[in-house]
Amino acid sequence: MGADLLEYAVDAAVGMVILSVVLGFIRLAKGPSLPDRVVALDMMTVAIVGFCGLAAIRYQDIAFLDVGLVLALVGFLATVALARFAERRVARRDAAEEEEE
Amino acid sequence: MIDLIAAALVFLGGIFALVARLGILRLPDVLLRMRSSTKVGTLRCGLIIAGVAVHFGDGAVVLRGIAIIVFLLLTAPIAGHMIGRAALRTGVKLWSPDEDVAASGEKAGSGRVEAGENP
Repeated sequence: MGADLLEYAVDAAVGMVILSVVLGFIRLAKGPSLPDRVVALDMMTVAIVGFCGLAAIRYQDIAFLDVGLVLALVGFLATVALARFAERRVARRDAAEEEEE
Repeated sequence: MIDLIAAALVFLGGIFALVARLGILRLPDVLLRMRSSTKVGTLRCGLIIAGVAVHFGDGAVVLRGIAIIVFLLLTAPIAGHMIGRAALRTGVKLWSPDEDVAASGEKAGSGRVEAGENP
Protein backbone atom coordinates (compact mmCIF):
# COMPACT_ATOMS: atom_id res chain seq x y z
CA MET A 1 0.00 0.00 0.00
CA GLY A 2 2.87 2.33 0.90
CA ALA A 3 4.57 1.62 -2.44
CA ASP A 4 1.36 2.51 -4.33
CA LEU A 5 1.09 5.71 -2.34
CA LEU A 6 4.68 6.61 -3.19
CA GLU A 7 3.95 6.03 -6.87
CA TYR A 8 0.90 8.33 -6.77
CA ALA A 9 2.86 10.96 -4.84
CA VAL A 10 5.72 10.86 -7.35
CA ASP A 11 3.30 11.13 -10.28
CA ALA A 12 1.49 14.07 -8.68
CA ALA A 13 4.79 15.80 -7.87
CA VAL A 14 6.03 15.28 -11.45
CA GLY A 15 2.83 16.92 -12.70
CA MET A 16 3.23 19.87 -10.34
CA VAL A 17 6.91 20.38 -11.19
CA ILE A 18 6.14 20.30 -14.93
CA LEU A 19 3.29 22.79 -14.39
CA SER A 20 5.64 25.06 -12.47
CA VAL A 21 8.22 24.93 -15.28
CA VAL A 22 5.50 25.83 -17.81
CA LEU A 23 4.37 28.79 -15.69
CA GLY A 24 8.04 29.76 -15.42
CA PHE A 25 8.21 29.92 -19.20
CA ILE A 26 5.38 32.47 -19.09
CA ARG A 27 7.46 34.68 -16.78
CA LEU A 28 10.49 34.08 -19.00
CA ALA A 29 8.58 35.32 -22.05
CA LYS A 30 6.80 38.18 -20.26
CA GLY A 31 9.52 39.36 -17.85
CA PRO A 32 9.77 43.13 -18.33
CA SER A 33 13.52 43.27 -17.63
CA LEU A 34 16.60 41.05 -17.96
CA PRO A 35 16.86 40.31 -14.19
CA ASP A 36 13.27 39.01 -14.29
CA ARG A 37 14.22 36.54 -16.97
CA VAL A 38 17.36 35.49 -15.09
CA VAL A 39 15.26 34.83 -11.97
CA ALA A 40 12.84 32.71 -14.01
CA LEU A 41 15.71 30.72 -15.57
CA ASP A 42 17.32 30.16 -12.17
CA MET A 43 13.98 28.93 -10.82
CA MET A 44 13.56 26.53 -13.74
CA THR A 45 17.01 25.03 -13.17
CA VAL A 46 16.17 24.34 -9.53
CA ALA A 47 12.84 22.84 -10.63
CA ILE A 48 14.65 20.47 -12.99
CA VAL A 49 17.03 19.41 -10.19
CA GLY A 50 13.92 18.42 -8.24
CA PHE A 51 12.61 16.64 -11.35
CA CYS A 52 15.85 14.61 -11.49
CA GLY A 53 15.19 13.44 -7.93
CA LEU A 54 11.66 12.42 -8.90
CA ALA A 55 12.98 10.54 -11.96
CA ALA A 56 15.42 8.69 -9.67
CA ILE A 57 12.47 7.32 -7.67
CA ARG A 58 10.27 6.74 -10.71
CA TYR A 59 12.84 4.64 -12.61
CA GLN A 60 14.72 3.28 -9.55
CA ASP A 61 17.99 4.60 -10.91
CA ILE A 62 20.35 6.66 -8.75
CA ALA A 63 22.29 7.96 -11.78
CA PHE A 64 19.66 10.74 -12.04
CA LEU A 65 20.98 12.17 -8.77
CA ASP A 66 24.37 12.79 -10.37
CA VAL A 67 22.58 14.60 -13.18
CA GLY A 68 20.81 16.75 -10.60
CA LEU A 69 24.06 17.55 -8.80
CA VAL A 70 25.80 18.66 -11.99
CA LEU A 71 22.73 20.61 -13.08
CA ALA A 72 22.67 22.52 -9.78
CA LEU A 73 26.33 23.43 -10.32
CA VAL A 74 25.92 24.52 -13.94
CA GLY A 75 22.73 26.42 -13.15
CA PHE A 76 24.48 28.40 -10.44
CA LEU A 77 27.30 29.33 -12.80
CA ALA A 78 24.82 30.35 -15.51
CA THR A 79 22.89 32.54 -13.08
CA VAL A 80 26.03 34.29 -11.83
CA ALA A 81 27.29 34.82 -15.39
CA LEU A 82 23.96 36.30 -16.54
CA ALA A 83 23.76 38.58 -13.49
CA ARG A 84 27.29 39.89 -14.15
CA PHE A 85 26.39 40.37 -17.81
CA ALA A 86 23.32 42.45 -16.93
CA GLU A 87 25.36 44.58 -14.55
CA ARG A 88 28.22 45.17 -16.98
CA ARG A 89 25.94 45.95 -19.89
CA VAL A 90 24.58 48.98 -18.03
CA ALA A 91 28.07 50.01 -16.86
CA ARG A 92 29.34 49.87 -20.43
CA ARG A 93 26.38 51.86 -21.76
CA ASP A 94 26.96 54.57 -19.14
CA ALA A 95 30.64 54.74 -20.04
CA ALA A 96 29.78 55.08 -23.75
CA GLU A 97 27.33 57.89 -23.01
CA GLU A 98 29.95 59.74 -20.96
CA GLU A 99 32.42 59.48 -23.83
CA GLU A 100 29.90 60.92 -26.25
CA GLU A 101 29.27 63.87 -23.95
CA MET B 1 6.30 3.29 6.69
CA ILE B 2 9.45 4.46 4.93
CA ASP B 3 7.52 4.69 1.68
CA LEU B 4 4.87 6.74 3.48
CA ILE B 5 7.46 9.25 4.72
CA ALA B 6 9.10 9.43 1.28
CA ALA B 7 5.68 9.93 -0.36
CA ALA B 8 4.83 12.76 2.06
CA LEU B 9 8.18 14.50 1.46
CA VAL B 10 7.91 14.20 -2.32
CA PHE B 11 4.30 15.42 -2.36
CA LEU B 12 5.15 18.42 -0.15
CA GLY B 13 8.00 19.18 -2.53
CA GLY B 14 5.56 19.16 -5.44
CA ILE B 15 3.19 21.52 -3.64
CA PHE B 16 6.03 23.92 -2.88
CA ALA B 17 7.02 23.78 -6.55
CA LEU B 18 3.59 25.21 -7.36
CA VAL B 19 3.83 27.80 -4.58
CA ALA B 20 7.23 28.99 -5.85
CA ARG B 21 5.97 29.25 -9.40
CA LEU B 22 2.86 31.16 -8.37
CA GLY B 23 5.15 33.58 -6.54
CA ILE B 24 7.28 34.01 -9.65
CA LEU B 25 4.22 34.63 -11.77
CA ARG B 26 2.11 36.84 -9.49
CA LEU B 27 4.43 39.01 -7.37
CA PRO B 28 4.84 42.55 -8.67
CA ASP B 29 8.59 43.17 -8.68
CA VAL B 30 11.97 41.51 -9.28
CA LEU B 31 13.14 41.48 -5.67
CA LEU B 32 9.87 40.00 -4.37
CA ARG B 33 9.90 37.38 -7.13
CA MET B 34 13.50 36.55 -6.28
CA ARG B 35 12.56 35.96 -2.67
CA SER B 36 9.96 33.39 -3.69
CA SER B 37 12.32 31.75 -6.18
CA THR B 38 15.34 31.35 -3.89
CA LYS B 39 13.69 30.46 -0.58
CA VAL B 40 10.81 28.31 -1.74
CA GLY B 41 12.91 26.81 -4.54
CA THR B 42 15.57 25.62 -2.14
CA LEU B 43 12.94 24.25 0.23
CA ARG B 44 11.07 22.27 -2.40
CA CYS B 45 14.22 20.86 -3.98
CA GLY B 46 15.52 19.92 -0.52
CA LEU B 47 12.22 18.18 0.30
CA ILE B 48 12.23 16.15 -2.93
CA ILE B 49 15.88 15.13 -2.54
CA ALA B 50 15.23 14.22 1.12
CA GLY B 51 12.35 12.04 -0.10
CA VAL B 52 14.69 10.30 -2.55
CA ALA B 53 17.27 9.71 0.20
CA VAL B 54 14.61 8.26 2.53
CA HIS B 55 13.25 6.04 -0.23
CA PHE B 56 16.57 4.49 -1.23
CA GLY B 57 18.11 4.57 2.26
CA ASP B 58 21.49 3.73 0.77
CA GLY B 59 24.82 5.30 1.77
CA ALA B 60 25.73 6.51 -1.72
CA VAL B 61 22.28 8.03 -2.32
CA VAL B 62 22.17 9.75 1.08
CA LEU B 63 25.64 11.19 0.47
CA ARG B 64 24.60 12.52 -2.93
CA GLY B 65 21.39 13.91 -1.49
CA ILE B 66 23.29 15.73 1.26
CA ALA B 67 25.74 17.05 -1.36
CA ILE B 68 22.89 18.42 -3.51
CA ILE B 69 21.11 20.03 -0.55
CA VAL B 70 24.28 21.61 0.88
CA PHE B 71 25.19 22.85 -2.58
CA LEU B 72 21.78 24.43 -3.09
CA LEU B 73 21.87 26.03 0.37
CA LEU B 74 25.29 27.49 -0.43
CA THR B 75 24.60 28.75 -3.93
CA ALA B 76 20.96 29.96 -3.84
CA PRO B 77 21.66 32.99 -1.58
CA ILE B 78 24.75 33.94 -3.59
CA ALA B 79 22.90 33.72 -6.90
CA GLY B 80 19.96 35.65 -5.43
CA HIS B 81 22.26 38.34 -4.12
CA MET B 82 23.95 38.75 -7.48
CA ILE B 83 20.67 39.00 -9.38
CA GLY B 84 19.31 41.46 -6.82
CA ARG B 85 22.39 43.65 -7.09
CA ALA B 86 22.23 43.55 -10.89
CA ALA B 87 18.52 44.48 -10.79
CA LEU B 88 19.18 47.38 -8.43
CA ARG B 89 22.12 48.71 -10.44
CA THR B 90 20.36 48.42 -13.79
CA GLY B 91 17.58 50.56 -12.32
CA VAL B 92 14.63 48.18 -12.53
CA LYS B 93 11.43 49.87 -11.44
CA LEU B 94 10.53 48.73 -7.92
CA TRP B 95 7.04 48.25 -6.62
CA SER B 96 5.55 50.26 -3.76
CA PRO B 97 2.10 49.94 -2.19
CA ASP B 98 1.27 53.65 -2.66
CA GLU B 99 1.79 53.37 -6.40
CA ASP B 100 -0.52 50.39 -6.55
CA VAL B 101 -3.29 52.30 -4.76
CA ALA B 102 -2.76 55.33 -7.00
CA ALA B 103 -2.88 53.19 -10.15
CA SER B 104 -6.12 51.49 -9.14
CA GLY B 105 -7.61 54.89 -8.21
CA GLU B 106 -6.63 56.28 -11.61
CA LYS B 107 -8.16 53.30 -13.34
CA ALA B 108 -11.43 53.74 -11.46
CA GLY B 109 -11.35 57.51 -12.19
CA SER B 110 -10.62 57.09 -15.90
CA GLY B 111 -13.39 54.49 -16.10
CA ARG B 112 -15.87 57.01 -14.74
CA VAL B 113 -14.65 59.71 -17.15
CA GLU B 114 -15.04 57.37 -20.10
CA ALA B 115 -18.53 56.46 -18.96
CA GLY B 116 -19.35 60.18 -18.78
CA GLU B 117 -17.95 60.88 -22.23
CA ASN B 118 -19.85 58.10 -23.94
CA PRO B 119 -23.47 58.28 -22.79
